[in-house]
Amino acid sequence: MSTALLDTWSIETRDLTKKFGDFTAVDRISFKVGKGEIFGFLGANGAGKTTAMRMLTGLLNPTSGSAFVAGYNIATDPESVKRNIGYMSQKFSLYQDLRVWENIEYYGGLYGMSLKEIREATGRMMEDLGMNAEKNVLVSELPLGWKQKLAFSIAIMHHPGIVFLDEPTGGVDPITRRQFWNMIYQTAREGITIFVTTHYMDEAEYCERVAIMVDGKIEAIGKTSELKSAYHAGSMDEVFYLLARGATRSE
Amino acid sequence: MIEVSGIYKSFGKKGEIPALNDVYLDVKEGELFGVIGPDGAGKTTLFRIITTLLLPDKGYARVGRYDVQNDFRALRKILGYMPGRFSLYQDLSVAENLAFYASIFNTTIVANYHLIRDIYVQLEPFKDRRAGALSGGMKQKLALCCALIHKPQILVLDEPTTGVDVVSRKEFWQMLQRLKSEGITILVSTPYMDEASMCERLALIQQGRILSKGTPAGILSDYSGRLLSVRTGDIYKAKLALENAADVDDVYIFGESLHVKTQNLDPARIERLLAANSVEVFDIKVIPPTIEDVFLAKLQS
Amino acid sequence: MNQLKAFILKEIFHILRDRKTLLVLFGIPVAQIILFGFALSNEVKNTRLLVCDQAHDSYSALLTSRLDASRYFDVTGYTENPEKGLADLRAGTAHMVVVIPQDFAGKLDHGNEANIQLLTDGTNPNLAATIQLYVQAIVNDFRNDMYGKPDLPYEIGVSPRMLYNPQLKGSYTFVPGVMAMVLMIICTLMTSVSIVREKELGNMEMLLVSPMNPMTAIFSKAVPYLMLSLLLVTVILILSVTVLEVPIRGNILLLYLVSFVFIITSLSFGLAISTVTNSQQVAMLISLMGLMLPTLMFGGFMFPIENMPLPLQVVSNIVPAKWFYYSINDIMIKGLGLSAVYQRVLLLIGYSAVFLAISFRNFKIRLA
Repeated sequence: MSTALLDTWSIETRDLTKKFGDFTAVDRISFKVGKGEIFGFLGANGAGKTTAMRMLTGLLNPTSGSAFVAGYNIATDPESVKRNIGYMSQKFSLYQDLRVWENIEYYGGLYGMSLKEIREATGRMMEDLGMNAEKNVLVSELPLGWKQKLAFSIAIMHHPGIVFLDEPTGGVDPITRRQFWNMIYQTAREGITIFVTTHYMDEAEYCERVAIMVDGKIEAIGKTSELKSAYHAGSMDEVFYLLARGATRSE
Repeated sequence: MIEVSGIYKSFGKKGEIPALNDVYLDVKEGELFGVIGPDGAGKTTLFRIITTLLLPDKGYARVGRYDVQNDFRALRKILGYMPGRFSLYQDLSVAENLAFYASIFNTTIVANYHLIRDIYVQLEPFKDRRAGALSGGMKQKLALCCALIHKPQILVLDEPTTGVDVVSRKEFWQMLQRLKSEGITILVSTPYMDEASMCERLALIQQGRILSKGTPAGILSDYSGRLLSVRTGDIYKAKLALENAADVDDVYIFGESLHVKTQNLDPARIERLLAANSVEVFDIKVIPPTIEDVFLAKLQS
Repeated sequence: MNQLKAFILKEIFHILRDRKTLLVLFGIPVAQIILFGFALSNEVKNTRLLVCDQAHDSYSALLTSRLDASRYFDVTGYTENPEKGLADLRAGTAHMVVVIPQDFAGKLDHGNEANIQLLTDGTNPNLAATIQLYVQAIVNDFRNDMYGKPDLPYEIGVSPRMLYNPQLKGSYTFVPGVMAMVLMIICTLMTSVSIVREKELGNMEMLLVSPMNPMTAIFSKAVPYLMLSLLLVTVILILSVTVLEVPIRGNILLLYLVSFVFIITSLSFGLAISTVTNSQQVAMLISLMGLMLPTLMFGGFMFPIENMPLPLQVVSNIVPAKWFYYSINDIMIKGLGLSAVYQRVLLLIGYSAVFLAISFRNFKIRLA
């Protein structure tokens, strides 16, 4: 979608910095993410991605600089930030030993939804996902593709302004991945901002705009097509390789 | 060098979870052969059978002149293996880890140093550091050294690049190329479709079945039809319009553009089709398919 | 041989570099010996005694002062009314009431027999039984001092005497107990967890594919733990002799021999656990539930087995630590020799054989 449609910024950071003792994990990063945008946040292990995301999700206080997420200041109002975001990771998401509806009810409760709202949301979700017959099935018995779609639906069931996805489709088979990204595009179209952190460059290709972190700084930011032509690269993989080659930090 | 013939393997008490289904594979001596497929496709099970760690339910596998079932002791002497979940001893130093694995294989670091020298020089500055304190890429290099230390004839690497960053991945493949030039046969698995081009020959695997085998170019030439990349105004509207159009096999959003798979549709007709749906078209070009596209096509057919 | 050496060396590195575990290993026996030896001792100290003296003669006064002088008892009150004694017991202000009958001195001097009544609060049976014994011992001492060695025709009744531990030091029974616990933690728990860790981290796959016989790998794991165990046995013995002043009466070599056999039993149990599980948590759980708990319950050093109902006494026989505990007790405290313990030692060897057989049966040269 074009930036003209954006009325506000979903994420806005200014010189956001996090230091752990002498170590500067995140070094004065400034960027904006538009409402409904699919934004990729890329970096090698140790580049500072995770620290940056923890600040943006209200889990860590910045050392200096500022950031607004979904309209709330992450330093002064982290609880409001947490209420207005969704989070999903491929690694830790649903409880395998709970039924589908039990997972939904649990997460709904976690986000402070009333039982009535949860029931309604469950019905809608089962309808949208075509999972009415699987409502009482244990999550462990679902195929991987369904699990991911369910996890994503749960992450946005409380209508957050932004959803953070942590390596959502790394190592997943291509069919599941395409289906999953279809869902992401759909969600973005409804106005929810998608913030993907990953070190899988094939995931990066699906994003509209990306920022690449190297050694705690944002080395490049822009549309994927712009970055590819700026670096004379055929793929994001090559762009990333060119930028990250000189990294001094890892893990 | 490696011959896998009609292998079946299933797990669970009643064998109700199939892992490998009639798998055939042949790897030539000195070849760098890749097995590519997503998580849960059966790569690890296949590698464990080849490395004598599991027995097949049906079929057989031979490595060199050895049968994996009957001659496993002899086979284990010529095999270098790096398990997928392999982690070094975190509380031992780099040098201690390496020395340990050398003694386990009845050799010494000095005896086969030439083989690991290129990799080990990068590790040498950290040789007294504990393995737990190494970066992901460094750990991977050390693990490779440990698998190489006894100068194996065949190197079997189960997902060595998973979880490793792009830069280290590239370096790792370069190391494998060098080892190949030393005459070592290498069998490697990966979930990353984009690593296919690094292999001499490869097999695509999904749900325990081999979908396709051959050189990267050969597999890509299997792709029937062509792939177009379309950049438009309202990408969702465009997708909707093309989804329902005749002659379009598949259409999906890929970042900023739309990928359209078709047998006989040319760019001009697509442009007309979109124009009829009042979607502005910026640019249409034919793009080469990727291994992932072939993989998808094989799964869908 | 090189493989074995490398493996043992590696294992020693693992143990030495895991400072926290090492600290706990040496900390447990030290803390236990110090805590149990003094503070948490199951001996009785400062027991509140109410003397219900109906005699009021010189003998009753002397006995009372003897009781009061003991470090186990504090005489907290005197009364003539037995009802007051019962009330104090109920209220908990007294642990025991000693009723000295009327004409105590006369009965002793002329009748050669006098009965003292001991009323104890039975809600804590262990305490009640112990303090009764203590009072009896003091009374016996008192009588012996007054009359010398009793002449048989005049002496009727029980003369309880605590053998081997005349001062009734509770710490005596604790030393072998601590030894049993520590050896089991090192040999069973740590060994099984450390083998299973290699499986969990994928190192076992690598070792299986190497030309090394994986059985060698597992046995070489046992060696450092064996050494560590013997070291800890020594530490515990030194501590008990120096800190608790518990003497080693028997043959010290025999003591080490029995410990060695028990270490082998525990190691083979740890090995058996490691062959049937693939996760460290499960290994730890089996070690704790399968061995540590029964050892605490039925080992004999926490709860006297003689006081248990018969079915539990039977159950206690299958706990190897019980036989180790009894043997160490016999050697260390009673000073008995091999003839007293050899049957138990053979039993422990039998256990080791069974566990080793299970390990061999379950040991896999492949993953599944």
